[in-house]
Amino acid sequence: MSPNERRALQGKRLHKLVEYVYHNVPFYRSKLQEMDVTPDDINTIDDIVKLPFTTKKDLRDNYPFGLQAVPQSEIIRVHASSGTTGNPTIVGYTRKDVGVWSECMSRSLTAFGVTRDDIFSVGYGYGLFTGGLGAHYGVEHLGAAVLPASTGSTEKHIRLLCDLGVTGLACTPSYALHLAETMEKLGVGRDRIKLRVGAFGAEPWTENMRKEIQERLGLKGYNLYGLSEIMGPGVSYECECQNGSHIADDHFYPEIINPDTLEPQPYGTSGELVFTTLTKQGMPLLRYRTRDLCTLFDEPCPCGRTSVRMGRSDDMLIIRGINVFPSQVESVVLSMPECAPRYLLVVERTGNLDTLTVQVEMRQEYFAQGFDTFEPIFKLERELAAKLKSVLSISAKVEIKQPGTLERSEGKSRFVLDKRVLK
Amino acid sequence: MTIHQLSVFVENKSGTVVKVLDCFKENGIQLIAITIADTSEYGICRIVCSEPLRAYDCLKEAGIAVSISEVFAVSLADKPGAAADVLRLFTKEGISVAYLYAFLLAGKAVMVFRTDNKEKARSIIESSGLESIEDSLLSEVFV
Repeated sequence: MSPNERRALQGKRLHKLVEYVYHNVPFYRSKLQEMDVTPDDINTIDDIVKLPFTTKKDLRDNYPFGLQAVPQSEIIRVHASSGTTGNPTIVGYTRKDVGVWSECMSRSLTAFGVTRDDIFSVGYGYGLFTGGLGAHYGVEHLGAAVLPASTGSTEKHIRLLCDLGVTGLACTPSYALHLAETMEKLGVGRDRIKLRVGAFGAEPWTENMRKEIQERLGLKGYNLYGLSEIMGPGVSYECECQNGSHIADDHFYPEIINPDTLEPQPYGTSGELVFTTLTKQGMPLLRYRTRDLCTLFDEPCPCGRTSVRMGRSDDMLIIRGINVFPSQVESVVLSMPECAPRYLLVVERTGNLDTLTVQVEMRQEYFAQGFDTFEPIFKLERELAAKLKSVLSISAKVEIKQPGTLERSEGKSRFVLDKRVLK
Repeated sequence: MTIHQLSVFVENKSGTVVKVLDCFKENGIQLIAITIADTSEYGICRIVCSEPLRAYDCLKEAGIAVSISEVFAVSLADKPGAAADVLRLFTKEGISVAYLYAFLLAGKAVMVFRTDNKEKARSIIESSGLESIEDSLLSEVFV
């Protein structure tokens, strides 16, 4: 589809969407009325800037079904995201929504080179989290065989990977590492598995982590992006060029805004990613602020896909007024051979001051070199603290943990624990 | 002149030492001495046991951060002032001690210490006629 044809389609869908929410979602109707905008004002995709934003808080305030646009009888699936503060986020899907989702997920798998000859193991958690069922339906839609392994029984999972000759794996990057570690522990060599494609997402990860997973599991790892408020996995995906992730922008229209001024930003500028669900029925959202930071770009991709691409996304934390990205911490941790590739950022507020603690796991082999005093631990602490300070521009306290004690993530990322209670 | 000592890195939180000790229990290895040094965040648990090499393998297998090192172990006379006299032999030669602890084994008082100047410590033990302890004594007692 040419860029102009695409824009025409997006404009037409946006008009229909605004008309739809105006008549079916009281929350949007009153917001649009407040701004003196009617569906007739929205005719091309450029008119999107006239529309109001939607935030995570709006979703929580309208818990559970306040933003739903269809009668309950039309909903065939409900997912809920974990609410660490306040209400969980509830998303209802119609039959058509689940169909679009399966198709987008199946597009992602096709971009990864998966075919109906593959056996694909889904190691995302099945349940309220969208990862498991989202990937599952995509594999089925494509016609490959799905192995609904879920998370948890890792040893059985490894056995099935070997015995069934499983060729594809969908899970979080940290669970992929956990699988690799468990294989090593069990003495299962890389040559015993036939994995060739990995669909990894639900948490930010770096190129270093990709390299480590690829080496240890012998596959090619692709980034798979999604968020439950918009749909689930399959919102964007890498192609064989692995230069940014292609957004399914016939269904999810992306914008980048400046998170402070809310002004739309041109392609190539970093800012907060915003999505509008152009075709969703169950819980359509206008300009949903994801809180993910990235850049968008639309240069032609050698793979031939014409959709807009997004750079790697990252959850941003604001600590003492400074933007902190977990991926920055990850790159420091991975550069230290003394540390396992795991970490946890703990943010707390003491009085009026935010403090950042970075917990890392020491590798067993590091301590085994004949250490019997605290000096090597303090040295590691100091080195990590200095590196973090130079990368983050704020100082962080470092806590070294015993090997194997930081939680392995099975669902959505647990790289950040924000204990601040904000007003 | 030296014995093998295990050092285990533990976080300061409930249950971490039990995990280490369970490993000894499950593998039938006898503890002879255990001491914990701690800071506000971490601890190092130093252990002398009947079979240090086997214990090292078992702890490693259990995923515990453990290292094994050789420390000096000398026998003391069982009377007041004995420890002071022995330690003075080293300090007057300018050798400082990183850590030290003592225990009783088969009726003997044993003092264990670590120093960075190993060669000098070795020659002092030899020339002063101190009785030193070897790994073999650790295992013999519990046969």
